[in-house]
Amino acid sequence: MTLTAKDVAEITRLLEESSFDELYLELDGLKLSLRRGGAAPNPSPTEAPVASLPSESRASVPGPAGAPARAAAPDRATAPSRAPPTDPAIQDVPAPLLGTFYRAPKPGAPPFIEVGARVEEETIIGIIEVMKLMNTVRAGIRGRVTEILARDGALVEYGETLVRIGKTG
Amino acid sequence: MTAIRRILIANRGEIATRIIRTCRELGIETVLAASEADRDSVPARLADRTVCIGPARSAQSYLNIPAIVHAATSVAAQAIHPGYGFLSERSAFARACEEHGLVFIGPTPEQIEAVGDKLRARAEAEASNVPVVPGGAVGSAEEAAALGRQIGAPLLVKAVGGGGGRGMKRVDRLEDLPHALELASSEAGAAFGDARVYLERFVARGRHVEVQVLGDGAGRVIHLGERDCSVQRRYQKLIEETPAPGLPRRLRRDLLEAGVRFAERLAYRGAGTVEFLLDLERNAFFFLEMNARIQVEHPVTEAVTGVDLVAEQIAIASGAGLRLTQSDVRPRGCALECRVNAEDPSRGFQPSPGLVTEVAWPTGAGIRVDTHIERGSRIAPFYDSLMAKVIAHAPDRVSAVARLRAAITAAHVEGVATNLPFHAAVLDDAEFQAGGVDTGFVARFVERHRAG
Repeated sequence: MTLTAKDVAEITRLLEESSFDELYLELDGLKLSLRRGGAAPNPSPTEAPVASLPSESRASVPGPAGAPARAAAPDRATAPSRAPPTDPAIQDVPAPLLGTFYRAPKPGAPPFIEVGARVEEETIIGIIEVMKLMNTVRAGIRGRVTEILARDGALVEYGETLVRIGKTG
Repeated sequence: MTAIRRILIANRGEIATRIIRTCRELGIETVLAASEADRDSVPARLADRTVCIGPARSAQSYLNIPAIVHAATSVAAQAIHPGYGFLSERSAFARACEEHGLVFIGPTPEQIEAVGDKLRARAEAEASNVPVVPGGAVGSAEEAAALGRQIGAPLLVKAVGGGGGRGMKRVDRLEDLPHALELASSEAGAAFGDARVYLERFVARGRHVEVQVLGDGAGRVIHLGERDCSVQRRYQKLIEETPAPGLPRRLRRDLLEAGVRFAERLAYRGAGTVEFLLDLERNAFFFLEMNARIQVEHPVTEAVTGVDLVAEQIAIASGAGLRLTQSDVRPRGCALECRVNAEDPSRGFQPSPGLVTEVAWPTGAGIRVDTHIERGSRIAPFYDSLMAKVIAHAPDRVSAVARLRAAITAAHVEGVATNLPFHAAVLDDAEFQAGGVDTGFVARFVERHRAG
C-alpha cells in the first residue's frame, strides 16, 4: 500500500481538525509521522503550554481533588490565538493560571522586570495572586524582555500573554 | 435583597447556553468561566464576557474553586450560577462563594452536605416521614450479615458518598455479601474519600420518578410536578417525561407531598429534585436521594408549567423568595425530552468525540432544543457527551411522542456519531408508547434489537 500526496494532505487535514497533537501511521513499508506546528514531541503533550515554566507556579495552586484526571489532554490544540509575534525569535510567556498579576513583589517596590531587561529561565517576571495565594511566574527562557502586556493589578486569564521575550543564545 | 446585575456562570455546554438565555431576558450580564477548550464555544460567544479559568482538564478549570471565585470577584459579579455537575453540589464551593460575598445560586452549604451524605439524607427522609428503601448503615461484617438476612437478597451495597448510580454493588446471594462489602468500601474510599457503605434492598422492577421542588430557604416549599426518568442506561437518563405515565392519582399525590415534606424539613433554598424509586411489584415508592441543583431534564417541567426554573433560582438567590404559590402551578399537557449524546449506540454507546461538520436541529410548534452545538463545534473528549436536549410538548402523551419522533427525524448531525437512531427506535417501541416502563427497559430493548 502506498500513499499519494493527496492522501497525506487528507491525513494532515484530519489531524488539523482533531484534538491531537501528533499522529503516527505505520503501513506496510511506510511510516508517516505528523506533528502539529511547534508541538513538543511526546511523551508530554499535556505539559506543552506551560512546559517552560517552573513547576512551582502550577504546583502551588490548590487544585480541588476528586476529579478523574484524564490522560494526555491535548491543551495545545485549542490554545488561544492572540496575535503571536511574527518574529520566531520572540516568545510569549503565558499566564500559567488565572489570577491578579503583580509586576512587583510588593506595592511601591521596583518591578521585577522592565522592557529591555535580560532574563534567564529562572528570572521572576511577576506574581499571580489567586485568593491570597501568591504564585511566582518565571520567564522560562533566556533573552531580553521586548514587551510587557499584562497590567499591574489586573486580572489575567489562563494562557494570556504576560510578557514577550526575545530569545538570545 | 441582593440586586443581581452580573452572574458568573461556572459551567459549560448546553446548560451554560440555557442560563445565558434567561439572564438576557432578565437584563442580567453574564460572564462565562470557560476552560481553554471552550474559549470558542457557543456559550462563550453568547456571554457578555468570557474568562479563561484554566486548561481543558476539569480539575484545573471547571473544578478549580480558587480560580472561579477569583474570576467572579475580579469581574465584579454579584452571583455565581453553578449549573449541574462540576461544582454545583460541592459545599466547599458554596461556602467559598459566601465567604467572598458572592451569592451562590443554589442551596446553602449545609443543605448540600445534608443531601450529599446519602446516609444522612436517608435519616432526614425517615424523620420527615418519607419512606426509604429497607436497609441502613453497617459498621461491621456482622452487622451487615444481620441486616442482609433481614432485608433479604438481592440487595445493593451503596457508597455513602456516591449517588447517581456511582458506587453501587449488587449482591444476589447473601454469602457474597462480606466480599462485596469489603470491595465496595475500599472502592468508595478511593473514589469518594469516604469508605462508608450502607445496604438497601434491590428493587427488581422499579421506575425512577422524581419531584421538582422550589424552596424559599425559610421553610416554604412548592412542587412543580414529577418527572419519570425510567428510560436510562446504566443509571444515565436518556428520555424523561412529565407527567409520569399511568400513576394512580393517590400515589402521585403522596409522592409529590413526600417530596415537599423532605425539602421542607431542610428549609431547602432554590431548585432541587427529590428522587424516588417506584416499586412496581409493591405499588409503593421509596426515597432515593435529593439532587441539590438544576437538573438536566428541567425543561420538561418548564414546558408543562410555563415556569422558568432558572429565573426562579435567580429570584430566590437574590432574596425575593418564592414568587409562586402551589395553586399557581398548573401543569398543562405532556412533555418529553431526548438527550442527544455524541455516542454510538451500535458500538456499545461509546463516546464519539470530534468535529461536528454539519448540524440541523429541529424547530416547530411545541419543540424546544437546548444545545451548544452548531456546525464547526468540537466535541471535546474531556467532558460529557451531551450535545442537545430535544423537548416536545403537546396536550397529551400520544401527540407529544409523535411530535418528538418527528423532531428526532428532523435532527441531523454529521461528523460524530449520535444516539439519534436509538431515540427514534425507542419512540417507535410499543412498550415505550404504552408508557410507564421500568428502569430495566433500555437493557431489554438493546438486547432485543441486538438479537433481532
